[in-house]
Amino acid sequence: MGGYARFVWPCFGFACTVLAWNLWSARRYHAAARQRAGRALAMSDEN
Amino acid sequence: MWTWFYRLASPPHVYRVAATLTPWFLTAAVFAIGYGAIAGLVFAPPDYQQGDAFRIIYVHAPSGWISMFAYSTMAVAGAIGLIWHMKMGYAVAAAVAPIGASFTVLALVTGSLWGRPMWGTYWAWDPRLTSELILLFLYVGVMSLRPAFEDGNRGDRAAALLSIVGVVNVPIIHYSVLWWNSLHQGATVAKLGQPLMPPSMLLPLLSMMLGFMCFFGAVLCMRLRGEVLNRERQATWVREAIKS
Amino acid sequence: MTDTGVSAGRAMMLIMHRDLRLSFRRPEQLLQPLVFFLIVTTLFPLGLSVQLSLLRDMAPGVLWVAALLSSLLSLDSLFRSDADDGTLEQLALSGQSLTTIAIAKTLAHWLVSGAALVLVSPVVAIGLGIPVSAFATMLLGLSLGTLTLSWLGAIGAGLTVGLRRGNVLLSLIVLPLAMPLLIFGAGATDRAISGTSAAGALYFLASLCVFTSTLAPFAASAALRIALD
Repeated sequence: MGGYARFVWPCFGFACTVLAWNLWSARRYHAAARQRAGRALAMSDEN
Repeated sequence: MWTWFYRLASPPHVYRVAATLTPWFLTAAVFAIGYGAIAGLVFAPPDYQQGDAFRIIYVHAPSGWISMFAYSTMAVAGAIGLIWHMKMGYAVAAAVAPIGASFTVLALVTGSLWGRPMWGTYWAWDPRLTSELILLFLYVGVMSLRPAFEDGNRGDRAAALLSIVGVVNVPIIHYSVLWWNSLHQGATVAKLGQPLMPPSMLLPLLSMMLGFMCFFGAVLCMRLRGEVLNRERQATWVREAIKS
Repeated sequence: MTDTGVSAGRAMMLIMHRDLRLSFRRPEQLLQPLVFFLIVTTLFPLGLSVQLSLLRDMAPGVLWVAALLSSLLSLDSLFRSDADDGTLEQLALSGQSLTTIAIAKTLAHWLVSGAALVLVSPVVAIGLGIPVSAFATMLLGLSLGTLTLSWLGAIGAGLTVGLRRGNVLLSLIVLPLAMPLLIFGAGATDRAISGTSAAGALYFLASLCVFTSTLAPFAASAALRIALD
């Protein structure tokens, strides 16, 4: 990287981290929402 | 003609459309980012002034663009919610916020790492950097305001209003390099006429931009589905939807 | 539709008059932000222990940050007491638009907080080593700046009026919006101190003030509508 490796690779690395975090966070959010919805429906079924 | 818009007011429709779009966005993102990153890191020639450090542009420019695009989306979605009383507008606004904030952080960090070899400093209080930092604070403000209200709808409306007030900052960020004597370089791609970069450098950049946009779309759809479920927990359509 | 018989202009005068009288009934509440302003500007030289001549370099920034922070303190009360005792609802039901109400209350608030700050600023300026030649720019800049800040604060106060821990959130909302103000306000005073023309920065401050003054009342009334619904 012509001497700039210690700047370029952390940038791409952090970019990967941010992209991965976005995927993980969105999936987790959706999964948690599904769980809560399931529980809410189960509770209303009991009534 | 506008039925596609009115149908987006329906939560189950939004839930289904988001599910359909996600894999397409993700696939496109994988290919576009894959090509862009590899071509940008390996095949693009080093810049005559900046050497290999210029390759940071392949993550910095797209993330900056997304940070502004996401904020605009959040403001527009909030406005749609306020004007047409569409709950799905508020759902989109809520879903976009953390995504946009993360890309703002990415833009600031990659910009900082690029600044060190190029300008000799990790930070400068120049107009573009400062206004991008203000954008991050605006994101935090909107994300803090919404949950502060006990009534979710009131929180949505307040957050929408705040994001609209803050959208003034987005053109400031974009034009800051034009309006002020800025350390930050001027427009790279968007000049009409000839772009400043040769195709071997430009194509990977455009590909990364497209890839980040598709990725943004994918993650937005994923998060939006969670938002819709959280807001529509009591609705009857949810029962069937979460079984799949 | 009943004829209210009161024009918007007259209503504005009445509301401003009422707010000013209420403010002066509690003079200590008017003095607190001013004293805070004095204390904060004192903190900087104490913390940095510099000579007066060096302090002059930081003076515009210190002055403006202190003005910003002390304005924030008083902004929380812009709508809160009226919201708490139901007066705000009554005003809204009276047939006057929320925009009229927001404008009246914000201007009254600026008169007792921002304008008071501007009047006290020469005292603070002397303590920070700002030469008298820069005072005109400083006073003009602070007048425009505090007015703009009152408008931005009205939006923030309207958004947070119903919230319990609203004042921290208020600062979080208003400060990022106030940053351009700080940059140009301090920049104008800085230029005046160094002898160069502050006209550009002052024009920009004025345009910020006009822009905010025209649009903020609508945003503030929209915020109040959300709170009152």
